[in-house]
Formats: sequence, C-alpha cells, structure tokens
Amino acid sequence: MSMINYASREINCKLVYYGPGLGGKTTNLEHIYGKVSPNTRGKMISLATETERTLFFDFLPVDLGTIRGFKTRFHLYTVPGQVYYNASRKLILKGVDGLVFVADSQIERMEANVESMQNLYDNMAEYGYDLTKIPFVIQYNKRDLPNAAPIKDLQAALNPGWPIDDAAQRKVTPDPAHPGEHLVEQAGGQWVGHASYVEAVAIRGDGVFDTLKSVSKLVLKTLS
Amino acid sequence: MAGAASWSFSENDFKQIEQHLQAFLRDSNARCALLVDRTGQLVATVGDPPKFDSTAFASLTAADFSANDQLAKMIGEAEFASLVHQGEKESMYLADVAKRVILVVLFDQRTTLGLVKLKGKSAVEKLNKVFEEMFNRVGTGPAPQKGLLEGAEDEIDKLFG
Repeated sequence: MSMINYASREINCKLVYYGPGLGGKTTNLEHIYGKVSPNTRGKMISLATETERTLFFDFLPVDLGTIRGFKTRFHLYTVPGQVYYNASRKLILKGVDGLVFVADSQIERMEANVESMQNLYDNMAEYGYDLTKIPFVIQYNKRDLPNAAPIKDLQAALNPGWPIDDAAQRKVTPDPAHPGEHLVEQAGGQWVGHASYVEAVAIRGDGVFDTLKSVSKLVLKTLS
Repeated sequence: MAGAASWSFSENDFKQIEQHLQAFLRDSNARCALLVDRTGQLVATVGDPPKFDSTAFASLTAADFSANDQLAKMIGEAEFASLVHQGEKESMYLADVAKRVILVVLFDQRTTLGLVKLKGKSAVEKLNKVFEEMFNRVGTGPAPQKGLLEGAEDEIDKLFG
C-alpha cells in the first residue's frame, strides 16, 4: 500500500523479499545497506535469532530521490524463510507494493523454493492480493555455486507463467534483460505472463541492485 | 492495483490530525504522539521530537501491533484495540485508529496511564472520523501521480548508476 503524504511531500512504498530459508534475502538487504550512501538510507533493523536466522523481519528504508517534488522512499523488508515462521511471515506481506522472490539456485533446494513460492501465493491470496498483478521479480541467487540448477529448470519450476485473460495484454513482450526470452508469450495455444528474473550472487553483490531497480521501476509504474 | 489500496492525504487533513493530537497531548500531559500506518510507515509526529530513529520505530510498531492482533484472535478476541508497554520511566500506549493506522503515545511520570487512556479514547474517536473521511475520498480526488514515471526512471538510474 503506497502512501502519498502531501504535507511532507513523500511517497512511501513497501517492498518485501520472500523466499526459502538461507536463500539470501537478508544478504540482499545487507549488501544494499553497505553500498547505498548513508544519506539515502536509514538504519537497518534485524529481528533475528541468536544464530542469525531472521525471526520476524529485517527492515531497511532507502530513499530513491525526489520525483516531481516528492521524496520517494522504499521500505525494504525480508521475511523469515523457515517454514515454521509462517504466522509472522504473513504479517509482513500486509500492504506490500512490490515483491522479490529470492530463490536458492542449488539443485538440493529446488523443493524448498517451490514450497516457499506456493506459500507466497497462498499468503497473498489470504489478503486478497493477486501475485500476478503486483510488481514481482524473481532473483535466482547463488549462481556461482557448482550445484546451481540451470536457469531453464528454475524457470520451469518457479516461473512457468500465469494465464493472461485480459485481451489488451495479449501481445508478445520481449524480456529486455534476457534477449530471446519473453515476459508475455503464447505457449501451447495459451497466452502466459512471466515475472522478470535476475541472476545473482548476493554475497558478492552481483544482481542485487539489478533486482531492486527492476522491482522499484515496476512499483513506480503502478503509481503512474 | 491488486495490492492494498493506496491512500493519500492533503495538507488540510494533516492540519486536522495535528490539531487533534496537540489537544490530546495538552489534555493528557503525554510527551509525544506518533501516527503509524499498519504497513509500518510513519504518518505524523506531534509533541517532543523523538530522539530515536522514527522510521525504524514505525516499522517495529506496526509489526508489534500486527503480532498482537494475531495473538488476540488465537485467544478468541476480535482484536486488542489498544496495547500498553510500561517501562520504569518511559511508557507507550498504542491504539487502533480506523483499522488502518496506529496511534502511539509516549509518556513518562508526568502523567498516568489512566489519564492517557481516558484522553486517548476521545482522541481516537476524533481521529477515526478524520481517517474514515479520508479513506472514503480515495479515488475521487485528483490524480497527481500521473506522469510520475517519466521522472522516476531517471531517478532510479541515477541512484543505482
């Protein structure tokens, strides 16, 4: 739920990083925290267990700059990835404007990715939000690991596409980030839409800002 | 959009909110009142400016309130409309406003919890009215966000460039 405050001339938007445990959500925020100038970001809050697993959420506010005289601020949240924290995970989704799903590319984590994606759909549906209509980007993290699954397999499992019912949206849309691939296409006689994706090695910072930039743009588009 | 509805408020709304909160602080002798929306964004601050990071404070407040909401449901209550955190010197009183916003009152030994609660109740009623009117207006007002993106693309590129 973006909030526009005309008195203080601010636009505030909420981004949530979702995904399985140990996938790199907190690492994404830590990298952003380390790289963004202290003038444009606030304090990072982490509610974590003693073993540094996120218990409730991590929180980082980042100012993108001034747009039309309005200060644009994004509030970045992560959710706890561990399955048993679902109650608190769901709370963080409240009022979300944009979502990043941080998938763990390792073949062994495929099942955990799929389970977490299903959980995201379910939790969003409980709030009455439609994941196919909200700004949504998938980040395939840990691309540097030798046991990383091919992108093709990850896409098939996590981003197979949703049917597009609106005739106005049924036009082939190339994916600007991946030549030869499409965000909207016809597959098996049906029109489907895919979330855009980014390959990342969050621990080194690769792809972290591309992901943030990509989802931020989508969120701002919904405001225009 | 498919997410929760956006809302916006005008300078006039803001003035009204400030007036109600200032009157409340005067009557209750509390130090500071903050309004935080349920998604964790700070809407307004009145009274002694907080010395802490108010953005972080707002996100924790919303999380606190949401977690307590779920606890209420578990024990068979529809909600906890207000919460109190009492410290040795500093205390907090939190109350729901129009189901979308949380009033947070910071107070110390210059007043009592009873007085804050009593005065808080009528302040919440007044704020409820202001916010309900504001939410009803959503979608009927001007759309100043139009064309926002042209500027935004450049701004994002600049920040991450």
